Amino acid sequence: MPEAQPEGTRPLFMAPDVDAARQHFRTKAKGMVDKVTTVSEAVARLIHDGDYIAIGGFGTNRIPTAVLHEIVRQGKRHLGVSGHTATHDFQILAAGGCMDRCDVAYVVGLEARGLSRAARRLFEDAGVQATEWTNAALAWRYRAAAMGIPFIPARIMLGTDTLRYSAAKVITCPYTGMKLVALPALYPDVAIIHVHRADRYGNCQIDGINVADNDLARAAKRVIITTERLVPTEEFRREPHRTAIPFFCVDAVIEVPYGSYPGNMPYEYFSDEEHLREWLAAEEDPQTFRKFLDKYIYGTRDFNEYLELCGGIEKLRRLRALEFLVERPNSA
Amino acid sequence: MAADYNPMELMICLAARYLEDGATVVVGTGAPCAAAMLAQRLYAPNLIIMFEAGGVAPILPTMPISVGDSRTFWRAVMATSMDDIMSFCQKGMVDYTFLGGAQVDMYGNINSTMIGTDYARPRVRLPGSGGANDLGSLCWRTMMITPHDRRRFVERCDFITTPGYLTGPGAREAAGLPPGTGPYKVITNLCVIGFDEETKRMRVESLHPGVTREQVQENTGFELLWAEDLRRSEPPTAEELEVLRREVDPYRYIIGR
Repeated sequence: MPEAQPEGTRPLFMAPDVDAARQHFRTKAKGMVDKVTTVSEAVARLIHDGDYIAIGGFGTNRIPTAVLHEIVRQGKRHLGVSGHTATHDFQILAAGGCMDRCDVAYVVGLEARGLSRAARRLFEDAGVQATEWTNAALAWRYRAAAMGIPFIPARIMLGTDTLRYSAAKVITCPYTGMKLVALPALYPDVAIIHVHRADRYGNCQIDGINVADNDLARAAKRVIITTERLVPTEEFRREPHRTAIPFFCVDAVIEVPYGSYPGNMPYEYFSDEEHLREWLAAEEDPQTFRKFLDKYIYGTRDFNEYLELCGGIEKLRRLRALEFLVERPNSA
Repeated sequence: MAADYNPMELMICLAARYLEDGATVVVGTGAPCAAAMLAQRLYAPNLIIMFEAGGVAPILPTMPISVGDSRTFWRAVMATSMDDIMSFCQKGMVDYTFLGGAQVDMYGNINSTMIGTDYARPRVRLPGSGGANDLGSLCWRTMMITPHDRRRFVERCDFITTPGYLTGPGAREAAGLPPGTGPYKVITNLCVIGFDEETKRMRVESLHPGVTREQVQENTGFELLWAEDLRRSEPPTAEELEVLRREVDPYRYIIGR
């Protein structure tokens, strides 16, 4: 029962080694240099087999789809994944067989759309190692890392199997004597984040909810940014209060218009529910799914080809109309 | 005047009546969101709806598909972060939340992580906590809207993802959870359930029209307690149904289920 088990029993995939992180951040190149590159170059250079990665946005909202596809295409293996509100992003990585361990807050499901068969299989059959957390736990683990402290205390997870199957510890508050969960800082090797606007140096603006991306960008050792639009640095200097991520956190910038497709990009385009349904349905049969992936990921050279396959400019026009409620969805 | 309605419509209308004007509520997509939208339109114009991904007090134009999609901060007063929303919950500013799950026990503990007995090899892997554990730990009152059957209402959850009253009176506080928080109402397609003050166990408060005690107990995998003043649930009013069907869910995403 929960009381007999006051701390987590599962592996802690990333140690909260704040001094090692300080050394890393001390030597990280911080020059204001041009970081614009291509998706394939960034993935080849910055993501290595065995790395621990974290994805920005919220599952089907503001996700860096192009980079995720490229990780699958380049056949990255043995990745650790932060499963923070991971839905379609997780589904792509699951399809590619890219991971062998996962911090779970939310995986496998696509919210109201249903469960991903391929993602379920990772845990039910393929033996991917899991450690349980919660959405707040992972958000606050990024925050601890972003602050450079080894843990953040919180009043969640206590008394549950979520705690028992986590790697968290329970501590006593030195001031009040109350029990708290100590959430260890999480420094991902790589964060991949899609934003509305970036300049060539990596300064970023995000419109709408930030989810956990301000902290994630500060917690990760390396940061890959895809952006709807590349804009002049002057736009940041004119409104510095709008900068979500400063350039010195960022390692690569790639301009990817419609880069969150088939996910939603706030104030730009809505999610493509038709395509997401098609994806979930294809997963029901392994052979169908193999063909589906061949068509959309392995058989495409880049993200633009994928967009074309999915309906190109006319589809994107419709998703823009949906986002602004100029058109209404077909009844589902 | 009892109009014609389906069980989902009834559950949404019942849930909406618990949300008072000026209250704060964190909701997900689906029925809870519909209940909050209905309450906002009918009884609680100042209901503060929040979404865990960062949306605060939106004027919801349509039903969101994701708790992080752009509808969740459509004409909102703020688009912020998960840290911010969860901190509002942790500092005591959030009155209600709605949760769901694959299993729930008599203390209102919820499983949304896995079905099976071996964590390393689950029979069915489910999404996990998401924000559920956080919200169920930190919000003052946790509500559920759920179908009522023996597979779901179980003696023991295979995995306790989100804390209800854990093992009974005092257990939440002993574990370190904020005092005064916990499950409040469970609204099913058969009845409305509250929690007994003394034992912290589920206690049926009202039966929906046409539903019997036996039927409820038969569909529950543990022994239920019964309120002394067991009542009939008030069916949806014509006005509730009108607003629900025309404004809240015109495409029948939720009420068509």
